[in-house]
Amino acid sequence: MKTFLILGAGTGGTMMANKLVKRLDPKEWKIILVDKDETHYYQPGFLFLPFEYYKPEEVYQPKKKFVPSGVEFILSDVELIEPEANKVTLAKDKKVIHYDQLLIATGTDIHPEEVDGMLDGWRQNIFDYFTFDGAMALREFLKNFKGGRVVLNIKEMPIKCPVAPLEFVYLADYFFTQKGMRNKVDLIFTTPLSGPFTKPVSNKLLGDVMTKKGIHTEAEFDVMEVDAAKNIIRGYDGRELEYDLLVSIPTNMGSDVIKRSGMGDDLYFVPTNKDTLRSEKYENIWVIGDAANIPASKAGSVVHYAAETLIENILDALEGRPLSHKYDGHSTCHILSGFNKSLLIDFSYDTEPLTGLYPFPVIGPFPLLKESWFNYIGKLSFKWIYWNIMLRGIPFPLPPEYSIAGKKQVAVS
Amino acid sequence: MATKKIAGVDVQVNEEGFLTNPAEWNKEIAVELAKEEGIELTDAHWKVIEFCRSAAAVKGAAPTLRSITNGSGVSTKDLFALFPKGPAKKVAKISGLGKPEGCV
Repeated sequence: MKTFLILGAGTGGTMMANKLVKRLDPKEWKIILVDKDETHYYQPGFLFLPFEYYKPEEVYQPKKKFVPSGVEFILSDVELIEPEANKVTLAKDKKVIHYDQLLIATGTDIHPEEVDGMLDGWRQNIFDYFTFDGAMALREFLKNFKGGRVVLNIKEMPIKCPVAPLEFVYLADYFFTQKGMRNKVDLIFTTPLSGPFTKPVSNKLLGDVMTKKGIHTEAEFDVMEVDAAKNIIRGYDGRELEYDLLVSIPTNMGSDVIKRSGMGDDLYFVPTNKDTLRSEKYENIWVIGDAANIPASKAGSVVHYAAETLIENILDALEGRPLSHKYDGHSTCHILSGFNKSLLIDFSYDTEPLTGLYPFPVIGPFPLLKESWFNYIGKLSFKWIYWNIMLRGIPFPLPPEYSIAGKKQVAVS
Repeated sequence: MATKKIAGVDVQVNEEGFLTNPAEWNKEIAVELAKEEGIELTDAHWKVIEFCRSAAAVKGAAPTLRSITNGSGVSTKDLFALFPKGPAKKVAKISGLGKPEGCV
């Protein structure tokens, strides 16, 4: 009997467990899934919590519910991976698992301590919303917020869901408008990048949305420290910004177990072949989702598309065939813009987000890089799709490969 | 893409003045590019430039700010003092490594 070990039962690990159990011979393979938490969070839902657009119970379910029969689930932290010895040691009872194939799906965590002084005001008037606890704490804070300067700061890239910070300020604009206090709030978006997004077409169009909503952008702002006593964030270039509420997107790093095992890059993401999704170093190690260092978004849609490639490549490897599938960096993201509208972007390693229609040319129905109600409904329905289709590894009726059909190349000044 | 004469050599540059082929770079070019940014290169600058050149030779892309600080031992604060306003981008430009790609 051989062992296929999966570390991490988040979006990637759960999805892959569901796919593997359908494709591997149960007489030959034992599949083990390990995670330190019992609860599965629908992370796109965190954005809605501070603004009370979702109830907390809408964003979590027990992990076990999504573990298919035929997969053994172990609730434990992972102490160490020893890839040279094909061995993993769990924290619980120091249990040792010898694996034949290993899938790393340990995700990414936030590290507010990377900015000096950040923790001094943490969860007082400085919050994150990339965690359930952070989003809930911010929700409480906003209930009594009387107005002032709301500063959103991105520490450094890459981050989980690069459009989430934009959505946050767009939704904040809507939230304060609905509460009748938009005139009492200054919204300031700070980023180390040269604009709201990294690629030219979307940068221009998303920047226009910022301007229209009266959100001020401080670009190329590299935060050096937070002075929590004075409510100021300071950049390395000497810029100082006052805040009454600081919403932080802290440094995102790979899991501590990757650091402990010496398997990560500077940010403890695992060096991974961006085409095959196999570890750069070990033939029997595969990486999916946020844990990988591939130059794609850290997002559920990436995991979903990548999983289609990964399952085929794993089966190829087990059969001794050359790896036949290539992941193209395809990603699809909804960007909520408030007022019951949303924008949609669709892109890959090679092609930046463009305008046009998705998924089909002419009929769409979803317009790309343009605010629409249709897109908003698309985003809201996604929660149901996530819990009922995606996690269970059920294929979509849409191709995983990026397609240029329906997209327009526009000149951007 | 355009051709530009820097330190007497014709090199390919993009619209922002980044060299598109790291192989066309030399130290005289670095001195000229630094001058355009208002920087007089010292030993401390060269230490960073050399680190970035060798990191890029291995990885095929200009290093991020974090990998420069981790790898060269120069603190972020010092990097901002040496290469004001966006050191990762400035070092990449002076080192002839093309514009660093932000991940989306």
